[in-house]
Amino acid sequence: MSGATPISNGPPAARAGHADPATTNRAEHAAPAPIKFSAEQLAEVRRLQGLYPDKRGALLPVLHMAQDTFGYISLETEAYVAGLFELPPAHVHEVVTFYTLYFQQPKGRHVIAVCHNLSCHLAGAQDILRHLETRLGIRRGETSEDGRVTLQAVECLCACEAAPMAQVNDRYELNLTSEKCDRILQDLR
Amino acid sequence: MAEIVLMRNFDRPDSHTLTAYRNASGYTAWTKAQTMEPAVLVDEVKKSNLRGLGGAGFPTGMKWSFIPKAHTGPVYLVVNADEGEPGTFKDRYLLEHDPHALIEGMLITARAIRSTLGFVYIRGEYVQPWRRFSAAVKEAYDAGLLGQGFEVVIHRGAGAYICGEETGLLSSLEGKKGWPKIKPPFPAIKGAFGQPTIVNNVETLCCVPPIIQHGAAWFAGLGTKTQGGTRMYSMSGRVKKPGVYEASVSITLRQLIEKAGGVSGTGRLKGVVPGGGSAAILTADEIDVTMDVDGLKNAGTMVGSAGVIVMDESVSIPEALFVLARFYAHESCGQCTPCRESTGWIEKMVHRILEGHGRKDDLDTILDVAKRGGGTTICAFYDGAIGPYISYIEKFRSEFEALCRA
Repeated sequence: MSGATPISNGPPAARAGHADPATTNRAEHAAPAPIKFSAEQLAEVRRLQGLYPDKRGALLPVLHMAQDTFGYISLETEAYVAGLFELPPAHVHEVVTFYTLYFQQPKGRHVIAVCHNLSCHLAGAQDILRHLETRLGIRRGETSEDGRVTLQAVECLCACEAAPMAQVNDRYELNLTSEKCDRILQDLR
Repeated sequence: MAEIVLMRNFDRPDSHTLTAYRNASGYTAWTKAQTMEPAVLVDEVKKSNLRGLGGAGFPTGMKWSFIPKAHTGPVYLVVNADEGEPGTFKDRYLLEHDPHALIEGMLITARAIRSTLGFVYIRGEYVQPWRRFSAAVKEAYDAGLLGQGFEVVIHRGAGAYICGEETGLLSSLEGKKGWPKIKPPFPAIKGAFGQPTIVNNVETLCCVPPIIQHGAAWFAGLGTKTQGGTRMYSMSGRVKKPGVYEASVSITLRQLIEKAGGVSGTGRLKGVVPGGGSAAILTADEIDVTMDVDGLKNAGTMVGSAGVIVMDESVSIPEALFVLARFYAHESCGQCTPCRESTGWIEKMVHRILEGHGRKDDLDTILDVAKRGGGTTICAFYDGAIGPYISYIEKFRSEFEALCRA
C-alpha cells in the first residue's frame, strides 16, 4: 500500500483521457453507456450464483464479468452488482478495492503489468520498466494519453524461470528484452 | 536415479488432454480408489508421509482425518491454485501440462473425505492455466468422470497474495475481501460457507493418484523418514538453467543448484532463498541441507513452496531485501496491526538505507520491530515476512552497514 516506487492499480483519470464518473456530473457526457447486463449476461449471473452454497460466492466472477463488459468498475457498477447480490454497495466496494485486478478508474485498451519481484528484479525488471516508461512517455501506474496502454509494476506473477517477464493483457510475455518490448508495443493497437 | 512422479507426463504430446492422460494410464488410480473405503484412502495417504506442498508442509492424510466423523452435511474440497509465493511457478506447470492429474487427485480425495463439491481457486492472473484447466474439466465431465457424485467449480481470484493463505482463500471464495480467519476453528471443522473443508495445494493433490496406484510404502520410500515423495523445485535467479525440476525431498540444496546448471553471473554463490520469498536466506556455506520440511526447519529456514532463488556475489542483499519488503508492504491485507504497520515502516526504512540516508541503529530497529511482531497475527503472512527481514540483515549486516551514514 505504501511504496517508494509508486504502485498503482489504476491510472489517474486525467491521464486516461476519461472523466472519472464518480466525480463528474454524468449529464455532461454524450449518451453514457448504461450500466446494465444483457438478458444473457443476467442468466449467466444466476448460473454462477447457483454454483455456490451461498450466491455471494459468485461475487468475484461477476465482478470480472462487469469489468470485461464496462471496462472498469465504477461506483455505479458497484451499486449495480450489489443489487444483483442483494448486498450493500459498501460490501462490493470493499471487495473491489481489495483486489488488484479490479480497476476503479478507466484503464488503457491494453494493460502491461511488469513483474518487479525478486527473480525478475535480479534479471533486470527495472531496466524493462524504465524502457517501457520512456517508450510510452508515462510512468508506471499511468495510462498513455491516447488511452492505448496502462503500465503497471506488479508483484510476482510466478513465471520466474523466464525473468524478466510481464503480463500483457491475457498473455505472459517471457524473457523480456528492450527489443522484445518494442515488438510487443508495436502489436498493441 | 531420482524417480519422476509429478512431471511424468510433461513431455508427452498434448499432455493436457484426456486422451494423452488416459494413454499414460491416467484415471487407473481413480478406478482403483473406487474399490477402496474412504477410511482406507485416508490411511494410505497418512502412511505415504505426503506433506502439503503449498508452503506449510502439514501432513496431508492427517489433515483429511480432521473432518468430523459425525458430520452429515456437506464437506468441501478446495484446491489452492492461488500460486503467488515469490520464486514459485510449479503449480502453473501442473495446471498447463497435466490438468487431469489434478482432477484425478481431486476425485480420489473427494472420496476419501466424502465430498461431493470441489472448488478450484486459480489466481486471476493465470489466464492460460485457467483456460487449460477449464478445458480439462469439461473433458472430464463429458467423459462422465465428473458429475457422477462429484462436481467441480472453477473460481478465479482477482489479484491478492494473501488469498494463497488458506483461510484468506476461503473468505475470497465466499465473495469477500481475502481476510484470513482466526483458527481454531480450522477449515476441516468449519471452512468454506461454514462447512467442513479441506484445502490442499495443486501439487499435493497431484501426488495422490500415484500414491494410490503404487502404494504408500513406495511413495514414502522416495523421501525421508518424515516426508515421502518427490516434489517440484522452482529454480530461478542466478542459475544457468532456470526452470522447474523434480527430485526427492531428500535432495540437498547444493545438488539442486547443480541440477539447474550451477550459479550464473559471477559463478560464485552469495545466498539462496530455499523456499519462496518468505523463507530465511541461506549463505553459500549453508547449502548442504536436505530440502525436506524438517531438514530446512532444522537449518533455521523453511522449504515453503520450494521456490529456490539463487543470488551470486554481484547481488546486493539490501536491494533484494527492499524488493521483498516492498512486496510485503503491498500485500499485507491490513487486518492485523503488527503486520499492517511493520511491513510499511520496514519497507520505508530499508529504502532509506538504500538511498544512503540510513543509520546503523536502523538495522537494530528493524530487527526489533520484526521480532516483536512474530506470532502476534491471525495468519502466517507476517511470520513469513520476518524470515527475510531478520535473516538478510543478520547474515549480511556489513553490506547494510556499508550503506549507512553512521
